[in-house]
Amino acid sequence: MADITTGSFGGGASTVRLRAALEKIAIPVGALIVSALLFSVFLLALGKNPLTFYALIWQGGFASSFSIQNTLQRAAPLILTGLAFAVPATIGLTMIGAEGALVLGGFAAAAIAVPLVGAEAPVALTMLIMVAFAMAAGAMLTMIAGWLRHARGVNETISTLLLTYIAIATMNFFVEGMLRDPNSANKPSTVPIGDAYKVGTIPGTDVHWGLAAGLVLAVLLYFLMYRTTFGFAARVTGGNPRAALAQGLPVGKLILTCAAISGACAGLAGYYEVAAIHGQANASLVAGYGFTGILVAFLARQNPLAVVPVAILFGALDASGGLIQRRMDLPDATIQVLQGLIFVVLLASETLTGRIRFFQAGAGK
Amino acid sequence: MTVEMLTTILIAMLGGAIRVSTPFMFVALGETITEKSGRINLGLEGNLVLGAMVAYGVSYETGNPWLGVLCAGLSGVFLGLIHGLICSLPRVNDIAVGIAMMTFGIGVAFFFGKPYIQPSAPRLESLPLGGWSDNSALRSALEINPLFFVGIIAAVAIWWMLANTRPGVILRMVGDSEPSARAMGVNPIRVRILATAAGGFMAGVGGAFLSLSYPGSWNEGLSSGQGLMAVALVIFARWNPLRCILAALLFGAAGAIGPALQSVGISQGYYFFNAAPYILTLFIMIASARSGARAAVAPGELSIVK
Amino acid sequence: MLETKISRRSILKSGAAGFAAAALPLGFATRAMAQTPVILGVVYVGPRDDFGWNQAQSVAIEVLKTVPNVTVIEEENVPETDAVTQSMESMINLDGANLILGTSFGYFDPFMIDLAKKYPDVQFRHAAPLWNDTMPMNLGSYFAYLNQAHYVNGVAAGLSSPTGKLGFVAAKPIPTVLSNINSFLLGARSVNPAATVQVIFTGEWSMPVREAEAANALVDAGCDVLTCHVDGPKVVIETAESRGVKCCGHNADQGPLAPNGFITGAEYKWVTIYSMFADMLAKGETLPNVVVGGYHNDMVQNSAYGAGATPEAIAAADAAIAALKGGMPIYVGPLKDNQGNLVIEGTMDNYDPVLDGMSYLLEGVIGSTT
Repeated sequence: MADITTGSFGGGASTVRLRAALEKIAIPVGALIVSALLFSVFLLALGKNPLTFYALIWQGGFASSFSIQNTLQRAAPLILTGLAFAVPATIGLTMIGAEGALVLGGFAAAAIAVPLVGAEAPVALTMLIMVAFAMAAGAMLTMIAGWLRHARGVNETISTLLLTYIAIATMNFFVEGMLRDPNSANKPSTVPIGDAYKVGTIPGTDVHWGLAAGLVLAVLLYFLMYRTTFGFAARVTGGNPRAALAQGLPVGKLILTCAAISGACAGLAGYYEVAAIHGQANASLVAGYGFTGILVAFLARQNPLAVVPVAILFGALDASGGLIQRRMDLPDATIQVLQGLIFVVLLASETLTGRIRFFQAGAGK
Repeated sequence: MTVEMLTTILIAMLGGAIRVSTPFMFVALGETITEKSGRINLGLEGNLVLGAMVAYGVSYETGNPWLGVLCAGLSGVFLGLIHGLICSLPRVNDIAVGIAMMTFGIGVAFFFGKPYIQPSAPRLESLPLGGWSDNSALRSALEINPLFFVGIIAAVAIWWMLANTRPGVILRMVGDSEPSARAMGVNPIRVRILATAAGGFMAGVGGAFLSLSYPGSWNEGLSSGQGLMAVALVIFARWNPLRCILAALLFGAAGAIGPALQSVGISQGYYFFNAAPYILTLFIMIASARSGARAAVAPGELSIVK
Repeated sequence: MLETKISRRSILKSGAAGFAAAALPLGFATRAMAQTPVILGVVYVGPRDDFGWNQAQSVAIEVLKTVPNVTVIEEENVPETDAVTQSMESMINLDGANLILGTSFGYFDPFMIDLAKKYPDVQFRHAAPLWNDTMPMNLGSYFAYLNQAHYVNGVAAGLSSPTGKLGFVAAKPIPTVLSNINSFLLGARSVNPAATVQVIFTGEWSMPVREAEAANALVDAGCDVLTCHVDGPKVVIETAESRGVKCCGHNADQGPLAPNGFITGAEYKWVTIYSMFADMLAKGETLPNVVVGGYHNDMVQNSAYGAGATPEAIAAADAAIAALKGGMPIYVGPLKDNQGNLVIEGTMDNYDPVLDGMSYLLEGVIGSTT
């Protein structure tokens, strides 16, 4: 069959690109189907009906306008934390500190808002400063790791993990200490920024503006990483750092920039958690979005554009998780088992890339 | 600070080092075996949590905690084999699979662990080695679980095997240079799968210590990232099993600082004291990084150091 | 500020009175409106079988499942983030829930307040004393003051401890926790004026290894009775037992975990509140906005005494329970905090809202809130 198609289209450049693009979609979709089948076996072994399960995922995640908004709202932070992992991964850095950057970013935004709101500063200016502080705080955390990696050879995976624990301890220290709002009795928090300074929802929906920010950043970062010299240099470095050094690429600068983008994305997610959701910083900022973002980015194969649909898929799983608990009497860990399974199967499926003849037809001839 | 307070803190750190270090030691040793073969398994946190649940469940159902330890190890082999097999496929990223296996292992542990949160399972008895002392704190600090000694013996044994035995040499060769291993007629993939399974076994046993000795019960918050930290300790220990013992002891002692300082009345800023293990590890990593020795001992095929 | 406090206090009282009326089987109860079926959504912050806070709630909620026209739907492990909004809205929109119970402190502000405004036809009730009459009327609070049972723990511990040095493993320095610590101290001092309570904060609601380390550190510091306020007390109780010291429980009955050293434990009796809710729902009535209580209306209790309780301790604890049922105040001034500041001048009613803002450790507690 592959040969017939090749013959009819003559292996033109556009066909090759089309098939390459098709491969990028077909393999993950195939992997999703395989993991769904495997999970069905798991459900059947437990005496539960897999069809009910998947129907509920559809109902809870996509079937109504409410479900879609629920999904998108949950996806919003995951897009940003997914980007936070994807960008440094392109240059070969496995940075798992988005959780810490999110927490520190949210905390910085809430902290700087306290004097500004107190002085009744203009709303737009306050928001701008909060965003800047959130992104800068997040970027600072990841840049420490990036610098340690480049200058001292300290493994960035481990250092970002350690920095995450330290960032959370820092926030807790201030939130329960000198920056605690005396009125936040049983849930120590910073002083609330107040409704006037909160960011609202996208008109016509209940979804906050963090989703839009994530979409814009995904597109921008896609262009940066795939359509600019900077992105090209970063990808070369990610492919072979020694060759990149030998070619005279500014590896250190590239690493620091990618690390900064990573932290800034996560910090921005923290800003939206504070400015759109909580209205203040407290321990609820530590919600695991940073760690879920790692899964999102891996499934998206580090491609900023692909981060968006994958984050939406995870949002839908989260959104329908409750429905599954309620209707099927399955524990909360069910969705985690499914997520782990999808993740494992999708990673294993990467081995098929470039090995199915249909997608390769016409290429390299 | 009085001498008495200092003594209290030091005894607490000694006790903490012995009590808290064992799971770190087992996971770090397991990871050392895996990384020596040129693979990294970042997912040992999943093995640790699943091992803790399996050990507790088996001990509760059979009344035999040592059977629980064995089954915890086997559950680790199960996860390790999946990791090892998937990573043997071309173009699959071992770090990513590790994170995936962590999610999967924890999910499975939580899913099947629900019925074991409440019951009390038979635990591993500790050996009272402090009977000679009048100081009750010291006596308690020296109530040592046999698994602690198993871990130390395992560390010495692994260290010796790596240096002196044929399997050890093959393992190191596969980790340092895949082409030369192939030239010697060794199948690197098989070695790596076995090394990941062995590493998984050790991490599972580490989980058994958490649920059957200290703190000695099963619940979903049991591990709080200890498996991830143990992987960090391997790099810090420079892939040397004997240094893994030291790293684990140091980390355990650092974890005891927070509660110990509060117990002698120094409680301002306890969040930072509680973060002491992380801060300490970071500083030691910075201090020890990029030394000539480190570059020389790192397995050449390891993606994390390339 | 003062005004809101006063108004809240009067509401609290009327709430308690409303409860008394509801609990009595009076023939002239307000006539039920059309018996619309109740779909009751319950949201928990952790797993329902955590042997702690969530389990105590979940077990008591079973009573609501026996009411004929009530369907209970439950969701566990919902964090105190936007996820709680989404979960509750999902219950409302997809399952038709018309009554929602939020059982974790952080669900209230801003999430449940906003939801109550957005869905005026749905009733929301939340398990903490946070509602006041400036908030939507379809929202409300129910809560039991566990510090009364911790006071009884303190009485029993004070007479069961040879040294009078008591230890407390606490999660975070927030008012409910601080009130439990202070009440434990006051209970102990009521029978042993020299008693002290040493506290170690772990900083997390659930961190088993650190809880065990804290328990060991307290025993090493000479404490011979331990108690705690963390999500799952199992680790602290088992550590105390294995170190050969006595212990008092928290949240649920941990007696079987410590056959040698268990004294007694502080337990919520959520079933009292949920039975009242069940009666009202069966009659088609709307739930009250505020339900609070303690020993006087059977909303808290102490676990059965264990082998660690001395006969004098049991007698004194029973007497304290009887006194609390009669309204004996726990906080009787003048009381100083452990920095030497006068914090309570006169006698405080056990339900005085001022106590909900407690931010200090009393003199006699060794430890610091920062």
